[in-house]
Amino acid sequence: MNNFNGVDYFNIRSLLSEEELMIRDLVREFVSEEVIPIIEEYNREGKFPLHLVPKIAEIGLLGSTLPSKYGGAEMNNVAYGLVMQELERGDSGIRSFVSVQSGLVMYPIYSFGSDEQKEKWLPQLAKGERVGCFGLTEPDYGSNPGGMVTKVEKVDGGYKLNGAKMWITNGTIADVAVVWAKLKGVVKGFLVEKGMKGFSAPEMKGKHSLRASVTSELVFEDVFVPEENLLPKTEGLKNPLMCLNQARYGIAWGVVGSMMACYDAALNYAKSRVQFSKPIAAYQMTQEKLVYMLTEITKAQLLNIQLGRMKDNGTLKHTHVSLAKRNNCEKALDIARVAREILGANGILDEYPVMRHSANLESVKTYEGTHEMHTLIIGEDITGFAAFD
Amino acid sequence: MNIAVCVSHVPDTATKIKIGDDNKTINKAGVTYIINPYDEFAVEEALTWKEKAGGDSKITILSVGGDSNKETIRKALAMGADDGILLKDDNPRDSMGIAKALSKEIKSHKFDVVFCGKQSVDYDAGAVPQMLAEFLDYSCATVVVALKMDGNKIIAEREVEGGREVVELELPAVIGAQKGLNEPRYASLKGIMSAKKKTIEEKPAAQAENLSEIIKMYSPPAKQSGRILGTDASAVPELVRLLREEAKVI
Repeated sequence: MNNFNGVDYFNIRSLLSEEELMIRDLVREFVSEEVIPIIEEYNREGKFPLHLVPKIAEIGLLGSTLPSKYGGAEMNNVAYGLVMQELERGDSGIRSFVSVQSGLVMYPIYSFGSDEQKEKWLPQLAKGERVGCFGLTEPDYGSNPGGMVTKVEKVDGGYKLNGAKMWITNGTIADVAVVWAKLKGVVKGFLVEKGMKGFSAPEMKGKHSLRASVTSELVFEDVFVPEENLLPKTEGLKNPLMCLNQARYGIAWGVVGSMMACYDAALNYAKSRVQFSKPIAAYQMTQEKLVYMLTEITKAQLLNIQLGRMKDNGTLKHTHVSLAKRNNCEKALDIARVAREILGANGILDEYPVMRHSANLESVKTYEGTHEMHTLIIGEDITGFAAFD
Repeated sequence: MNIAVCVSHVPDTATKIKIGDDNKTINKAGVTYIINPYDEFAVEEALTWKEKAGGDSKITILSVGGDSNKETIRKALAMGADDGILLKDDNPRDSMGIAKALSKEIKSHKFDVVFCGKQSVDYDAGAVPQMLAEFLDYSCATVVVALKMDGNKIIAEREVEGGREVVELELPAVIGAQKGLNEPRYASLKGIMSAKKKTIEEKPAAQAENLSEIIKMYSPPAKQSGRILGTDASAVPELVRLLREEAKVI
């Protein structure tokens, strides 16, 4: 049974293959049965529902685009996008978990790792037996990761790592961190394992957003990282940026899930909430709000399908991903806020998902490239002038 | 072990059903179809039996209906079944017509056990498993909530009014699954990807006359709005009187 039938005003389903639809419906059902009933409680407590990880792994959502020999399902990117969309209909924190494990941990190990690293880590990460995180952002280097001060120096048999990372999803619960640090000024990737001497990952507290997700600092004090934990095919800042492009792609799809959840809640509420003599859905101002939401959802869905098809056929540029991430996050946040207006005072209660999505989207709009940075990336592409250095 | 599972393709249980203009069918516009929920228990049971039996055990999914039933067969294949057979008929069939088509096909295979849902949630007749067993001359237990295999015998627990009944049957058998028999697994992405490589054979469903005809469908009367008798304890005597005399529930 599925109590959520999605939002599909333009028959978008006709643009999807039978497998893509089955994958979407599977994750939709999973979210309805396993995520929606528990998520408000975890959000209220500020806890990540760790018990969902084995179930998420069992249906195959971790590293799902990777080859089957590493535990993947060899899925295409449209299907991956649909997975992100459906997960985020539940909660951005759940989507973030899968997004980080798949796009920011398994993807770099698969793309830049040695055969031994792939064989050691990927199957365990796919099964959810191990959790990973991605350390790029630092307290003083967010939009400007190239300025990072975390560094390694070569020592006998490996490297000595010093520095700190911040805003790291899954950090505290991670068994392995993909950490980016400078070696003689060049950014390289390292696999830093839980328990390595000098490595700690305290959880950041006091978040008003992504409360059902773990966010951490990573602290490295003279951590010895053995030679075999260097990702050998990393050669500069472009490598972590390639990872971010994966994550941004997932976000562009994911936030459509939040949009649908907010629209669905607002539409149902508007039809049943009677003020004066009729349901508020019968008033012109409410209708205008609902139509705005539906229009932006439909535009974002069409944008995503083409984004995914281009990724699958190899014609996607990172600037396309920037445009979709930028637009969809902004519209998702607008939609969440408009949905809250329709719900009136009820909109602030966690009886409805709207305020949670709204708060989550404040983070989602900012992480993996702020709205402003994506504006400048696209701006540079179309004008030829970089507005940042 | 050779296992068959019969599945039907039914409106999502969350659908708000509207009666069609002919007053004999439902309006299918905008209705999402899913695998009959009781059939999911049947598929899960088959998968568990296959895993236990091991070797070259095989699960075949059978369904009677139109092309869209393939979606439901595909769902069962994604859960882990091996192949499917669509017995095609675009015209509606009653339970007898469905049981005849299924039995004709099942006879041409050697199935040790046939799992069905105890009923389909579209027409709710709850008759196909029993009819099928009769046509096949198989033993039968339906509304089954627990199942155990013991050599060539099956011990089945059936839900009966107010309790449970334990029955022993011999293979081959038809089993009608009730909620509680197991916890159906989710399909997996790998299952979905491999399901597209599995075959669904299509053949015309064996001819069978329907023995019943739907002459009318209608919605239950709209729920009356409630009556407020009072807001404090003084309303209780009147409430009790109405519950006893009007509603006749106490």
